[in-house]
Amino acid sequence: MRKELLLVTLIAAASSAASGQPAQSPALLIRHGHVYTVGAAGTLADADVLVQNGKVAQVGQNITALPGAKVIDARGKPVTPGLMVSWAPLGINELDLVAETNDSAPNQALDSAAFDVADAINPNSTLIPVARIRGVTRSLTTPVDCGDVFCGTAAVIHLGQGPDLIVKRQAGVLAELEPNGGANQKNSRPDIWNKFRETLDDAREYWAQRAGYHRPGGSRDQRSNRIDLDALGPVIQGKEPLLVHVERASTIRQVLQYAQANKLRLVIMGGGEAWEVASELAAAHVPVVLDNDVNLPFSFSDLGATLRNAARLDAAGVTVVFQPQNDDPAHYARTITQIAGNAVANGMKWDHALAAITKNPAEVWGIADSYGTLEPGKDADVVIWDGDPLEVTSAPTAVLIKGVAMPMTSRQTELRDRYRDLAKKNPPHGYR
Amino acid sequence: MGPSTKLPLWGAAAIVVVTLALAWWLIPSLHHSSDGAQVADQFPNDNFPSTYKRRPSQPTLIRSATILTATDKEIGSGDVLMVDGKIKAVGQHLDAPAGAVVIDGKGKFVTPGIIDIHSHLGVYPSPSNEATSDGNEATKPTTPEVRSENSVWPQDPGFTRALAGGVTAMQILPGSANLIGGRSVVLKNVWSTTTQGMKFPGAPYDLKMACGENPKRVYGEKGGPQTWMGDVAGYRAAFAKAAAYRANWRKYWKTKAGDPPDRDIGLETLALVLDKKIPVQMHCYRGDQMATMIDVMHEFGFRIAAFHHASEAYKVADLLKKNDICAVMWADWWGFKMEAYDGIPENIAMVDHAGACATIHSDDPIGIQRLNQEVAKAMAAGRRMGYPITRAHAIAWMTRNPAKALGILDKTGTLEAGKMADVVVWDHDPFSVYAHAEKVFIDGALLYDRDNPKLSPRSDFELGQEQNGHTGGAGQ
Repeated sequence: MRKELLLVTLIAAASSAASGQPAQSPALLIRHGHVYTVGAAGTLADADVLVQNGKVAQVGQNITALPGAKVIDARGKPVTPGLMVSWAPLGINELDLVAETNDSAPNQALDSAAFDVADAINPNSTLIPVARIRGVTRSLTTPVDCGDVFCGTAAVIHLGQGPDLIVKRQAGVLAELEPNGGANQKNSRPDIWNKFRETLDDAREYWAQRAGYHRPGGSRDQRSNRIDLDALGPVIQGKEPLLVHVERASTIRQVLQYAQANKLRLVIMGGGEAWEVASELAAAHVPVVLDNDVNLPFSFSDLGATLRNAARLDAAGVTVVFQPQNDDPAHYARTITQIAGNAVANGMKWDHALAAITKNPAEVWGIADSYGTLEPGKDADVVIWDGDPLEVTSAPTAVLIKGVAMPMTSRQTELRDRYRDLAKKNPPHGYR
Repeated sequence: MGPSTKLPLWGAAAIVVVTLALAWWLIPSLHHSSDGAQVADQFPNDNFPSTYKRRPSQPTLIRSATILTATDKEIGSGDVLMVDGKIKAVGQHLDAPAGAVVIDGKGKFVTPGIIDIHSHLGVYPSPSNEATSDGNEATKPTTPEVRSENSVWPQDPGFTRALAGGVTAMQILPGSANLIGGRSVVLKNVWSTTTQGMKFPGAPYDLKMACGENPKRVYGEKGGPQTWMGDVAGYRAAFAKAAAYRANWRKYWKTKAGDPPDRDIGLETLALVLDKKIPVQMHCYRGDQMATMIDVMHEFGFRIAAFHHASEAYKVADLLKKNDICAVMWADWWGFKMEAYDGIPENIAMVDHAGACATIHSDDPIGIQRLNQEVAKAMAAGRRMGYPITRAHAIAWMTRNPAKALGILDKTGTLEAGKMADVVVWDHDPFSVYAHAEKVFIDGALLYDRDNPKLSPRSDFELGQEQNGHTGGAGQ
């Protein structure tokens, strides 16, 4: 016991030093959980999770609480890492059709790799608590509805309380390669492809002589704006991923070849027919981000859409990451568990589906050192559930983000509570 | 093609003439009798008659399953007997008639077929493109003359996917661009080359109307309405005109004096709405707007059967109950526009708790495939706020209540003897994310079987697409 205590203290001290957090937040011990670590330790029955200084300090059986530590008894219920949604305009869009609240798409129909969601994150967005109380603690926030080929730059945020939610800027650039009728996008694939290649060629040329460009008298003749070429730097250097929305198998193959030839870190977004390319994607270590419920041929680019997409990709060894309900993935961030559950119902392994909303996005978006599993040293994004986390009738009973217990309230719970007793006329609802 | 196999033009013309003449005499309100008087003193109301015929079926007994009858009853280990397209009996220890198919229901669940009261399958089908977008006649704000049944493309692959989700009937509505969007149609979810072949026999028509933002957005810069008050004025003007139209015809029918008034097929529909033969299905998000529409309803004497989307139904559930209007809701959609900002996951449970009629809907070709999960979410949200909602009760939100709001509860929507045998067998509790509809019966005929690819219908559209080899079909 003493040895364990010592270990805890040491880890706590180490993680505190690493995070540079000056304030010692009180320790918190979650006891008797059915803990899905999603890490090397796997799933631990009747296990405890010790949280200290915002980090997971220890996971295991019979951990002793430090004096003064808050203790939560999970009573055998599931405990998971906080969940991550990907490819959602979460934090940059309040109401889709109210333009002044919607920063999710570039207004000018131009290539806009520099359209950076980090410039628009609103920590007071009412969508954040709505998602958070359903266990979502991280988001790869991206633009959507691109008017041209390059849509903008993504960021990773956490869903804790503000003011600064940004975990990682420049987490990748999103491009659209299927004809989607965007305002400035021609509806022919060669046109789209030419623009895509030309912009990336320009970015390489620009970065090769970037210092010269900034020199007085320096010149350039690229079509793209300087800031867009700047934004593509981490992508052409292979430091950050290029997120490419494609559906058709042939387009997926084409972009896969291009990415390999040019040493890009490719992530397939959507990929309605990705299952047909599964072995090639697996061999190239290219992940796929998808809403697996989309099983209809909404366009001629995804005639092969199927509910078994995720299961087939996963079985072939492709890293799968889930997007919430894709017609409005920010407002419906909480559907991420249902999307994962449906993938299981259609053949995916349960623990792989859980990884697709925790560990996998952490790795794909480059934050696995601090998030994605319940392992010592990681940020303590922890959720306690009242049942199977992927089941539609389940919900969290407690949510920690970076070790802080979140209030389990949102604008929606306040509306509910205001109107829950309609028969009672006094005080009027407006005074409740 | 040889000339002998080719129908001569005059032959085709003759057939057309004969058909028209027959129609003229068969539809009484369209012609005058030999003495010149109008034969039937009423507006015609069945211009595209259903040709639906129930598919062949064998007597079928499902044995020892958990049965949710949608009459607030759960039978732990019960039987359902279907004979000649009807539910013959629901109970325990039923005897199988000679030659009956017996299905072992142990561990399985049986429910009525799901009814989606708000779908645009067929009018906004997959694939979605300009050629297939037939859901909104957005050329003027009031179009009571159009009918969704004239836009439905029966080959929409979405119908097959909905079948695999246990949906046996749907209301296909025009979109919500218009104040008055046109008539809806109720379909059975059966594969058919024609829309008439899917039409739910005996289901009343409904009229789609829309509150709020959509008509303003579409017409604000095109002559209006530009405001919500403009919307309301638009409904009132239309019904005032319809009342005058109906009065003219009534006067003519009474006196038979002079020439009959000119026919206006849009006003005919509105007159039938005023006659309460066609109820209104009203797209309306905000509570205050529902209250306004209830006043308009009382002013003109029509009937609103349901408010659709109804994000704020929980704020006016008492008013809905008082006026016997159903609220048609999502489990958890919200925030995609201003009028949807106050949507909450407890909406359905709170409306239900207040004693009003609560109904799920999809409005979506993906959502329609999992209405059982949507109801599960709504049920769970209600339980978490302390309402003791049983699954025996919640099942009504996707079966009995939509049937009530569509005026077809006497025919379907519950598992009761005498009703159409629209029945789903689930492999698990249908309120689990892991459940699948395993067998779907429509009028007693097994039209989808998850375990039998031959009983998994596929639309014409999905043939011959190589990448579709493993998919397409209902249960892909």
